[in-house]
Amino acid sequence: MGGSWLQYVAGGLTAGAIYALVALGFSIVYHASHAINFAQGEFVMIGGMSAVSLVALGLPLWIAVPLAVAGAVIVGLLVQRLALERAQSGGQADVVTLIIITIGVALFLRGLAQLVWDKRIHALPAFSGSEPITIGGATVLPQSLWVLGGAAVAVLALGWFFNRTLYGKAMRATAINPLAARLMGISTRGVMRTSFALAAALGALGGVLTAPITFTSTDIGVMLGLKGFAAAMLGGLGSFGGAVAGGLLLGLIEGLGAGFVSSAYKDAIAFVVILAVLFFLPGGLVGARRSERV
Amino acid sequence: MGLNPQSVRHFARRWLLPLGLPLALAAPAWGQEPIRIGSFLSVTGPASFLGDPEQKTLEMQVEKINAEGGVLGRKLQLVVYDDAGDAEKARTFAKRLLEQDKVDVIVGGSTTGTTMAAVPLAEAAGVPFISLAGAVVIVEPVKKWVFKTPHTDRMACDKIFVDMKARGFTKVALVSGSGGFDKSMRGECLKVAPNHGMQIVADETYGAADTDMTAQLTKIKGSGAQAVLNAGFGQGPAIVTRNHKQVGVGLPLYQSHGVASKEYIKLSGDAAEGVRLPAAALLVADLLAANDPQKPIVTAYRNAYEGKYKSEVSTFGGHALDGLMLAVNAVKAAGGTDKAKVRDALEATKGYVGTGGVVTMSATDHMGLDLSAFRMLEVKGGNWSLVK
Repeated sequence: MGGSWLQYVAGGLTAGAIYALVALGFSIVYHASHAINFAQGEFVMIGGMSAVSLVALGLPLWIAVPLAVAGAVIVGLLVQRLALERAQSGGQADVVTLIIITIGVALFLRGLAQLVWDKRIHALPAFSGSEPITIGGATVLPQSLWVLGGAAVAVLALGWFFNRTLYGKAMRATAINPLAARLMGISTRGVMRTSFALAAALGALGGVLTAPITFTSTDIGVMLGLKGFAAAMLGGLGSFGGAVAGGLLLGLIEGLGAGFVSSAYKDAIAFVVILAVLFFLPGGLVGARRSERV
Repeated sequence: MGLNPQSVRHFARRWLLPLGLPLALAAPAWGQEPIRIGSFLSVTGPASFLGDPEQKTLEMQVEKINAEGGVLGRKLQLVVYDDAGDAEKARTFAKRLLEQDKVDVIVGGSTTGTTMAAVPLAEAAGVPFISLAGAVVIVEPVKKWVFKTPHTDRMACDKIFVDMKARGFTKVALVSGSGGFDKSMRGECLKVAPNHGMQIVADETYGAADTDMTAQLTKIKGSGAQAVLNAGFGQGPAIVTRNHKQVGVGLPLYQSHGVASKEYIKLSGDAAEGVRLPAAALLVADLLAANDPQKPIVTAYRNAYEGKYKSEVSTFGGHALDGLMLAVNAVKAAGGTDKAKVRDALEATKGYVGTGGVVTMSATDHMGLDLSAFRMLEVKGGNWSLVK
């Protein structure tokens, strides 16, 4: 038992980093519009599948990855322009309306992807080899470090963008009070577009980084979307640090639960913990400490 | 009413044209009633990887048989409905096949769920029904009118345990997914393990969405097992294979027939080296010995399918081919489409060489395959090789 707990932690962190990246995408859209974008998982799928197709065409990874992310951004912008913006034209749409539209968009994108691509499962080559690295008795794949690193960089970049840049502050202002923001000359439409582009880019990046570990297929968005959403709730919706903390924690609970209790109850353990956290801290781990953004 | 030219012309335009067109298309059936083969398959939906090749295979084979003059001088007429993997729809379509289309035999049912929904209808109507789904429950207990072509998961367990025993293993660690296939196979393996003197020392599971199974494999590493068996389907087994190498379990790994495709090797990469799994002969058509009884049929089917549809052949399409050919042979043996006679002929099938194996049915066995239907494969150099 002695050395195995380290492996449980390593495995948990690997899965957790993946959940964290998906959770971050939920947080961005929530941050800007207070809506939950249930198409977030599909952006992950589009990123992964595009990268796989581009690599299959013979492009090297360092070209395929940015292209796949750019492709997802275009899809994200189209979704915002053609679906959500129309609902909002003529005033501010209800948040619930937006959420329901994103569910429809998710179904549409998944169906479309099945037509464009096949229904098979694909793998992307690992960025830097697949030889496991041994750390104190536990083994970690180099790709897991890429995912963890990607999540860390994304959090720092988002923090800087939303707190230090004028446009980021404008986005936060729109989230707090759209009408006041518009009176101040902020294009709320532009803000929503930017938030969708960012969420799509982040989702696609997550899809690309995780494809070598989890593989990718047209229906992967459902599974990752659910876990990512749970992680975002656990950490506190709208908080970037919370999304990452929630993702890592969810992964760790699963890994340790499977190792020390029973792999059959691993998901149940994870969800019981989430329920307990939300019961005592309704705003999530990080969200609870911040009062309503004013 | 006199037969003046005008009224004849009117009659022709009014009745003969609309009726005449379909009759002309069905012209081969004009002289004699066609033999109606009914089918409901999961062509779309989550089980489309089963239904799609099955439909293509049935269409291809019916076309071929008709081009060669049909059966007993009668053409085959194929009626296919898509149940999208929904048992309720399958039931409706089976009813339509039996009551409206009045089919002579049903060859279909891509999944165990859709098959079991149609079983009571076929039994009540007294129409031979050859299922293309895997689970043992379809033919156990034996149902008078129901047959099936694919191997069962119990056979896969048996095949794997026989191989383990030959290598001197007695302690096995089981790891399985949470899907229907995975659960069913896990249950069957647990059931038959004592028959082979196998002791299951670990029984781990993982969820359908899981991306990391290192925790389960680390546990197995310390369980004292001599071999690991993964009953799984989809991407799970490929992740298990990679994690198995990553954690350094160091025990021989067995996979199920559920992942017997090139895709599995591609996804698992070099971690798949040395992995063993049972599979149908169709997958290794090239590797079969020249005198192998299955070599001609699997080679012919693979070439025809891949030539026509430009996609890799799958065992599922093979099950459909076997189902159709069993029905055709039974009709030939019965000398017509009398349903009771066809059923008896099906039950009396002896030594039919299909893509799934050599089929010999009996009153107590409506599948008719034995363990020789599975070949034990090992991954070597990124490709399959036969274990002698």
